Amino acid sequence: MRALMLIAPLLVFVLLSFVIPIASMLFRSVENGIVSETLPLTVEALDGWDADGDQLPDEAIYEAFVRDMVVAIEAKKHTRLGSRLNYEETGMSSMFRKSGRALKKLNPDTDGPFKDQLIDIHDGFGELQTWRVIKTHSVEVTNGYFLNAIDMQRTHEGAVSQPEDKQILVKLFIRTMFMSLIITGSCILLAYPISYLLATLPMRVSNLLMILVLLPFWTSLLVRTSAWKVMLQQQGVINDTLVWLGLVSDSARLIIINNQIGTIIAMTHILLPFMILPMYSVMQTIPVTYTRAAKSMGATNWTTFWRIYFPQSIPGIGAGSILVFILSIGYYITPEIVGGTKGVFISNRIAYHISSSLNWGLAAALGTILLGVVLILYWAYDKIVGIDNVKLG
Amino acid sequence: MTDLSNDAAFVEFQRVQKSYDGEILVVKDLNLSMPKGEFLTMLGPSGSGKTTCLMMLAGFETATHGEIMLDGQPINNIPPHKRGIGMVFQNYALFPHMTVAENLSFPLEVRKIGKSDREAKVKRALDMVQMGDFGNRRPAQLSGGQQQRIALARALVFEPELVLMDEPLGALDKQLREHMQFEITRLAHELGITTVYVTHDQTEALTMSDRVAVFDDGRIQQLAPPDQLYEEPENSFVAQFIGENNTLEGTVKSINGNTCIVTLDDGSEIDAMPVNVSRPGERTTVSIRPERVEFNKDRLHSDAHTLKAQVKEFIYMGDVFRFRMSVAGNDDFIVKTRNAPDAVRLKPGEEIEIGWLTQDCRALDA
Repeated sequence: MRALMLIAPLLVFVLLSFVIPIASMLFRSVENGIVSETLPLTVEALDGWDADGDQLPDEAIYEAFVRDMVVAIEAKKHTRLGSRLNYEETGMSSMFRKSGRALKKLNPDTDGPFKDQLIDIHDGFGELQTWRVIKTHSVEVTNGYFLNAIDMQRTHEGAVSQPEDKQILVKLFIRTMFMSLIITGSCILLAYPISYLLATLPMRVSNLLMILVLLPFWTSLLVRTSAWKVMLQQQGVINDTLVWLGLVSDSARLIIINNQIGTIIAMTHILLPFMILPMYSVMQTIPVTYTRAAKSMGATNWTTFWRIYFPQSIPGIGAGSILVFILSIGYYITPEIVGGTKGVFISNRIAYHISSSLNWGLAAALGTILLGVVLILYWAYDKIVGIDNVKLG
Repeated sequence: MTDLSNDAAFVEFQRVQKSYDGEILVVKDLNLSMPKGEFLTMLGPSGSGKTTCLMMLAGFETATHGEIMLDGQPINNIPPHKRGIGMVFQNYALFPHMTVAENLSFPLEVRKIGKSDREAKVKRALDMVQMGDFGNRRPAQLSGGQQQRIALARALVFEPELVLMDEPLGALDKQLREHMQFEITRLAHELGITTVYVTHDQTEALTMSDRVAVFDDGRIQQLAPPDQLYEEPENSFVAQFIGENNTLEGTVKSINGNTCIVTLDDGSEIDAMPVNVSRPGERTTVSIRPERVEFNKDRLHSDAHTLKAQVKEFIYMGDVFRFRMSVAGNDDFIVKTRNAPDAVRLKPGEEIEIGWLTQDCRALDA
């Protein structure tokens, strides 16, 4: 009980800042109450309409729609519904906004019939697609956002692929995974030798090296990323140096920013300490007697390293890789600044949907998929390497 | 002292010095020569340089000065993996990611020995340490004693002529340690291996070795078979370090061949054998083993000097009686007698006279 009291502040904090937001994200990715809340009568009436046929809904449905809309316009909820439906069918938002004023003047009890009046107000009400969209998205719990997140859409005919020009998210997911793998790989290659040195050099030297490793770690992320911008641009430090050395001609300066290379270079640098530290702490625990024993038995330096030292350092590689990979598939700032359009990650897309397009449902679905991928990777790692083998200290 | 004809020496240290920082010598002028098949123990307190010597022999440290010879060849410039020396480490250093059989197979693999040969040798080595059924286990699944046997088997499996052991029994409990002491010496003698064994446990050194080199302060203080080391220590460090020992301080009064008379600091006189003293007037520490002190006057020479002693404590230890006495100002003077039917049980407070045979009392350096 006392232990519980001691951790209570942390528990509350984690609950408020972590568990609740994640739960709300998971909920938001399937939640779709807006259509049935705003247009309850219409949704009920559409139930009997055959979306696969080529007949427009009948008068009863149009009447129900007008009744719903009058209430919605009164509550100023019709534009929100417009934006929601606009995610599925471009043009719906402006249709709802524009027709709002005219619809407001109608009296559902006296002004019928409405079918032709509505089509007069906006052509959209005379199109099958409009009613199909309303009907397919009237469910309260939808898989529509998830379908969108994998470049598909929910239609009256079931789940179908998005038109080719709108398919970017799967590509972005694959790119995120692929680039994260490359970043993890380059981190392993760069971190292994330095961790080895840190673990084997005398204390005084290794402490100095450690400070060099940690120094960038203590510098602001934004500063480091901006520094890479200065380094990598075409008139930047690296290109200038290469041109000055004559390795690259002035007209063929390397394009190493605003593309994937830029993102990979900058992120490898930024995530390197997360690879070095776990590797170092594992290597530190490998006693020197193992290598000595191997050598006394006649193994050369290389055999000793490859057969004895390396296998025992794998838990460190594993821990570092998980850390770096998971951090990098969710990375946002660095790809945003140095990635241009070709080097951005899925999280940049999530941020776009959160703050620009305001399609939070899709953002939540993307986030949920990302979370799922991380959990699957974690599970797979546990199966293959074993999570007990991961040592962070 | 061990001029065991230089050409027969299998392992030889010639004026070897070692310094880690270029200033302080950890090993000062080490000379040692071992014939083939000998079991030699390097015994000494921690920091005495014994492990450094072992590491130089194994090739993990280089001698700052001097030459180390193996079978007549200087090995200073030969890397460890080409020396062909088997080694057992303090914490066994069994590779945790390999099974026991893989551990044993490793030295054979790096020697490019064929698979069937390897399996036969591994099996033989495992049987040798009575661990034949444990080939498929991981080291972590074995007890300390079992790991110790595997480490031993691994050091022997490639049939090295020289095996080094760095405090291999340090982590075992007393009973297991005694058992393993016996097994190691048995194997070493059966296989005719030359063994250099490092320990700080003097019982281990005395029971296992053909010869013991007592290290202190970077030098060998004495190199001798166990009995000689115990009975005839050459200086007060060895006398103190090996076994239980009583010391009394005083000044040499006269020397007459194999006997001398020492005046103790409280004025009383005793007989001693001069070992490290050469002339009257010199300060000396006399050393006498507790079991060589006699308080039955009939067993002493009639003209022998005796000392007054007051019994302070009587400790019953089963096979022996142990008395703590106050002798010539030393309150920690220990006397041991065998628990025989006629043994006297002195009571605390009793005053007696004690003496000894002259050759049991050694006048050493001060």
